[in-house]
Amino acid sequence: MYRYDEFDHAFVRQRVDQFRDQVSRRLSGELSEDEFKPLRLMNGLYLQLHAYMLRVAIPYGTLSSRQMRCLAHIARTYDKDYGHFTTRQNIQYNWPALKDVPDILMDLAAVEMHALQTSGNCIRNVTADQYAGAAADEIEDPRVWCEIIRQWSSLHPEFSFLPRKFKIAVTGAPNDRAAVAVHDIGLRMVRNEAGEVGFQVLVGGGQGRTPVIGSMIRAFLPKRYLLSYLEAILRVYNLLGRRDNIFKARIKILVQQVGAQVFADMVEDEWQHLKDGPVELPDGELERIQAYFAPPSFEPLPTLHAGFVEAKDRDPAFAAWARSNLADHREPGYAIVNLSLKPVGGVPGDATSAQMDTVADLADRFSLGEIRVSHEQNLILPHVRQKDLHSLWQELTAVGFATANIGLISDIIACPGLDYCSLANARSIPIAQQISTRFAELDRMHDIGELKVKISGCINACGHHHVGHIGILGVDKKGEEFYQITLGGDATETAELGRLVGPALPYDKVADAVETLVDTYLEHRQGGERFLDTYRRVGLQPFKEKLYATH
Amino acid sequence: MPLIKTSGAGTTASADVVADPWVSVGDDDPLPAAAPVIVSLTRWERDRDALLATGRPVGVRLASHQLATSIAGDLDHLALVALEFPTFRDGRAYSTARQLRERFGFKGELRAVGNVLRDQLLFMHRCGFDTFEIAHPDAAAAFAKALAEFTVFYQPATDQRTPAPRLRHLRSAAE
Ligand code: SF4
Repeated sequence: MYRYDEFDHAFVRQRVDQFRDQVSRRLSGELSEDEFKPLRLMNGLYLQLHAYMLRVAIPYGTLSSRQMRCLAHIARTYDKDYGHFTTRQNIQYNWPALKDVPDILMDLAAVEMHALQTSGNCIRNVTADQYAGAAADEIEDPRVWCEIIRQWSSLHPEFSFLPRKFKIAVTGAPNDRAAVAVHDIGLRMVRNEAGEVGFQVLVGGGQGRTPVIGSMIRAFLPKRYLLSYLEAILRVYNLLGRRDNIFKARIKILVQQVGAQVFADMVEDEWQHLKDGPVELPDGELERIQAYFAPPSFEPLPTLHAGFVEAKDRDPAFAAWARSNLADHREPGYAIVNLSLKPVGGVPGDATSAQMDTVADLADRFSLGEIRVSHEQNLILPHVRQKDLHSLWQELTAVGFATANIGLISDIIACPGLDYCSLANARSIPIAQQISTRFAELDRMHDIGELKVKISGCINACGHHHVGHIGILGVDKKGEEFYQITLGGDATETAELGRLVGPALPYDKVADAVETLVDTYLEHRQGGERFLDTYRRVGLQPFKEKLYATH
Repeated sequence: MPLIKTSGAGTTASADVVADPWVSVGDDDPLPAAAPVIVSLTRWERDRDALLATGRPVGVRLASHQLATSIAGDLDHLALVALEFPTFRDGRAYSTARQLRERFGFKGELRAVGNVLRDQLLFMHRCGFDTFEIAHPDAAAAFAKALAEFTVFYQPATDQRTPAPRLRHLRSAAE
């Protein structure tokens, strides 16, 4: 993992001091709420329906056990004893007092964390594949570049007042787990014909009220040019992105308006003046950062641990968990373990301080002290020996993190919705709870197989409904909560936007509707097809007919 | 409105309140006797030769949507460019400033005008502005404080503050 040096420490402390001064100017009345707003937003502090909300960055989703303990401490000391892991690899605290926020930020700084650029019209916390550095299919660890982007974008003097927020995601693997195609910039590490590793660059993807799959503007960018190329994209956007209408201000609108090719040409023109200039990394800096992400010292182990195989044979519940919650590790004898934050009937993404402490302890004992956070709102222990899996599973079961549902129908992404969010039309969390309760039965869930349900409480799409295999969007119909259902969305390397099935349904019909859709899929399923595969083969019609025949 | 002028580079920069010798003139206003004038892009494009013929220093004021390329060919004739921040949220002038300085090599005075707030001064200074029209009761002190709030910078900009990625290796090369 990256460790701060003296410069990083000094920077984050100076930032906290600056914010402490701004908070005291606000508390004394020298700053109005209006003047304070952009300043607090640059430190991740929002004003929500009931209270301030602090959003803390978990850069590229990587946490040490020590950092996780600090997140638990903040929940316990300054909040209502829990935190909420978001779809952008952040954690949110829903109830901090303004006067405590500088102290919270100081506690975070002590463990090399911050809330910088988790809000405001700037380059936001950069996100990555949650399996980075562990995945079997990885070309290179994307976190090296995420850290380089994190530093480069920190208080960037030119790009702190962009037309709108700006999100960058990076994947180092061909199987895209970071949803890069629905980000303002998506970076995919690829190998060219000469075998060199570089970036495929996508721009203008996004969700919200105008969902768009990003356009590729460069098939192969040599790694050393990443910062100058990003600077060129950001400059073109900063100068030409619309500022007259907040709903048309994201880069996707600019790219659509001028066309991807023209946009690429404008970037190219600007890039010629930046390329090989001072923004490129100085000699030695890439190597310095890379060294922090060197693989930990793995033990030499056999590819398959006999005890692990036996435990699966002996214990069907363990076998089911192993089937859904493990992913292939790059090292023989190791596995990536997903901890489900989606217990049946629970709130997706919430964790109490005690749970966070437990995860930290488990990470120390079983995963070389490392933890990951996924955009699907789960936690990951990235480096677990197969021989430890059964004991780890037992401990996870005891704390409620062993629901065997990763990637399955109850592993739902849901935004905070009307329960917390001032922009919401409808509740999201109770819909997720109803669906996960409806499909609680493990065998049935596993029989249905991979199925991504994503729920947003309004058109802003924080719950990623556009890219859900089943997407659910809360809308307001004459003051009542209704839900539109889309099918066929996909956030991976085969990204697609979901299509609307038909008229919106009332609150109490959503779980039934999901059941009807699932039954329709099971009726049409051939061979080992996933829901998405069947949908792609048979199209919307059979689902539509069933859904509106029965309702 | 107080005018702040910075001198020196990088972290040793200092700021003073100075008298403003420039006069802003409207598009159809008569020119003052001999003073240096700041005109809009419209007037510059219309009266360019007449303005230059008076022999006085001339500056152009760009609205935030007017790009650096609109005056890039004229920079040799301009002693000042003023860039507008219609609201502090409109960040286009940061990019325009860097383009004028870095891409087009403008060496004259680069002035920030409009909604120029204390909490943005450091960003502006880093992007190459050297004078600031700022409506702050104690502008010089506010500016000095803003400049001193950070000693670590992660990215190169127009200013000469050495970014951390470079300092790290300068240091290790010296060791
Ligand atoms: S999708 Fe809407 S309701 Fe949900 S968190 Fe985002 S803004 Fe709030």
